[in-house]
Amino acid sequence: MPEDKTIQELGLDEYKFGFHDPEDYFFKTPRKGIDPEIVAMISKHKDEPEWMLEFRLKALESFFEKPTPTWGGDLSEMDFDEIYYYIRPMENQGRTWDDVPEDIKNTFEKLGIPQAERESLAGVGAQYESEVVYHSLKEEWEKSGVIFTDMDSGLREHEDVVREYFGKTIPPDDNKFAALNSAVWSGGSFVYVPPGVHIDIPLQAYFRINAENMGQFERTLIIADEGSSVHYIEGCTAPTYTSNSLHSAVVELIAKPNARIRYSTIQNWSLNTYNLVTKRGVAHENATIEWVDGNLGSKLTMKYPAVYLVGEGARGEILSVAYAGDGQHQDAGGKVVHAAPNTSSLITSKSISKGTGRSTYRGLLKVHEGAVGSKSRVECDALLLDEQARTDTYPYIEIEEKKVNTEHEATVSKVGEDQLFYLMSRGLSEEAAIAMVVNGFIEPIAKELPLEYAIELNRLIQMEMEGSVG
Amino acid sequence: MLNIEGLRIEIDGQEIVKGLDMEVGTGEIHAIMGPNGSGKSTLSNVLMGHPRYDVTAGSITFRGEDVFELEADERAKLGMFLAFQYPSEVPGVSVANFLRTAVNSVREKELSPMEMYKLIQEKMKIMQMDPKFAERYLNEGFSGGEKKRNEILQMLMLEPKLAIMDETDSGLDIDALQVVAKGVNELRGPEFSAIVITHYQRILRYIEPDRVHVMLDGRLVTSGGKELADALEEKGYDWVRQEFGAGTHS
Repeated sequence: MPEDKTIQELGLDEYKFGFHDPEDYFFKTPRKGIDPEIVAMISKHKDEPEWMLEFRLKALESFFEKPTPTWGGDLSEMDFDEIYYYIRPMENQGRTWDDVPEDIKNTFEKLGIPQAERESLAGVGAQYESEVVYHSLKEEWEKSGVIFTDMDSGLREHEDVVREYFGKTIPPDDNKFAALNSAVWSGGSFVYVPPGVHIDIPLQAYFRINAENMGQFERTLIIADEGSSVHYIEGCTAPTYTSNSLHSAVVELIAKPNARIRYSTIQNWSLNTYNLVTKRGVAHENATIEWVDGNLGSKLTMKYPAVYLVGEGARGEILSVAYAGDGQHQDAGGKVVHAAPNTSSLITSKSISKGTGRSTYRGLLKVHEGAVGSKSRVECDALLLDEQARTDTYPYIEIEEKKVNTEHEATVSKVGEDQLFYLMSRGLSEEAAIAMVVNGFIEPIAKELPLEYAIELNRLIQMEMEGSVG
Repeated sequence: MLNIEGLRIEIDGQEIVKGLDMEVGTGEIHAIMGPNGSGKSTLSNVLMGHPRYDVTAGSITFRGEDVFELEADERAKLGMFLAFQYPSEVPGVSVANFLRTAVNSVREKELSPMEMYKLIQEKMKIMQMDPKFAERYLNEGFSGGEKKRNEILQMLMLEPKLAIMDETDSGLDIDALQVVAKGVNELRGPEFSAIVITHYQRILRYIEPDRVHVMLDGRLVTSGGKELADALEEKGYDWVRQEFGAGTHS
């Protein structure tokens, strides 16, 4: 059998297939739940090397050994036996735009996504206008030695590189959900940028046409070699509807000396989803890693992008924004570990809570002994849109070195009566006035995003506030 | 233009405005002078529709319409404007963005980005403001004078039929005061009315009122021409209290 066919069968793309009754369109594992047999089956389907199978099986043991964490959001209703861990699409789905549910179409409409892109997102249009653009970009990247592919192809085509870095930044036994991902991962991106290469245009997951995109257990690995730079944008802001209630991704970044990686995400999960993601980057000497992270939707999100500053002069930056609507809990924040001298970090976290929504900032700042001259600033701001909304802050700070400079600032604000009156006295409706305050609140994050994403982020939050999404 | 009859206002069960009548004709500028705590700011907030106050009696009619049931944004669309004594800060929202949204909210037809840009530039020039000011976040870190200029800038942009100016002069040096007055005089004409609320007579040298009212303990106790402001300046509020205070007239 030609290998290509196998790979095509492996598409595990929630954007493409999440809108439909899974029974009609999916082939999935013979049963729910997870055991070594299921893991072995996944690995065999992908025709993986032996070491990856071993990696998966060992990770599965860690998953079984580790208790479900109780320090964060409420996971008591999470039933690991009720999940299909591997789903692959049937061939020739033969679906059209007419099959896409009305509410999804409406959402695309409100977001102002072009028709061609909508079809691609809904999984009905294989051809996408930007494909031409993508191909010329891809040629340019390949000329300079850049690898940008899906993780499964990455493993197949660049096994040595993958083997060197995969699971090193986030070991399988790091936490229960990293272990689960390590056992059953599928999809995600693999990026390698050679020394001194600067990629000017952000790499975007949706450029990878006809390849595995986002999935339930996607796995992304980005390596920026010495003196290189890359901006990676994950997925898209369209609502990700999935029949499955668990999304557990792992993202590993490695920035070699003088390299720079920025990783931007805006996620918008359906309201039944547990979104439990482990993201971590290692920054070597004078390297910079930046996470820009937007979290909307989901029942519970637990996500704390981390940067380990292991080389002198390394810098880490984490910008996150979370929106918790009715019944949602966004438990998010960031972690920075200063393990070398003269390293610096900045964590800016913004959360918005509405109705019975709850947002939690949970952050860790750790400075190892010997990390002299390190600087860190943590700022978390919460905005409450009404009386019953809730916010909590858990900033853990462990400092073993005296010669450092750390600052921590936390604010909680409400959309005040006077503020609304002021804006309304200039002709803005109450909704428009609240939206203006909220958009202003997230402006420091939005301005770090490419313009089209910033606009979508603002629109999405506005739609969430109107209660018209999800 | 504006008709206030028998207006009584409470906040948290305490009566602040205790029966107030006032009529402002089209093209007229009225001044309301009074000491601190006389109810001036309460009156201006209620005219604009602040939700915190309870109107227990009386009526406010603007351009023939009873505004009692109208929210602040609806009153703005009718042509009312309040220059705030303490404008709120809105972090992350630029002055330009705010002006665009506000102007397009009150207008029937939205301005094109180019028209808007020109309009902002033109009005900022009148207010002697640096163009960079438009990119700053609304009222965040503004000095007292900048806030007041910004209020008048908004007024020039929105071109209201009636402007209520709540102690816009307080805390301004003479230069800033002149710029603010210039902004108001810019709009002055047969279609524009204003209520200038102030503690001091000073601003009335630059914005000449058609009518002056003195407010004391929730009521307008006396009214007259601009010579009343001069008398007040000369004799002080103690004179008003003696002449018209609750103790002598109740």
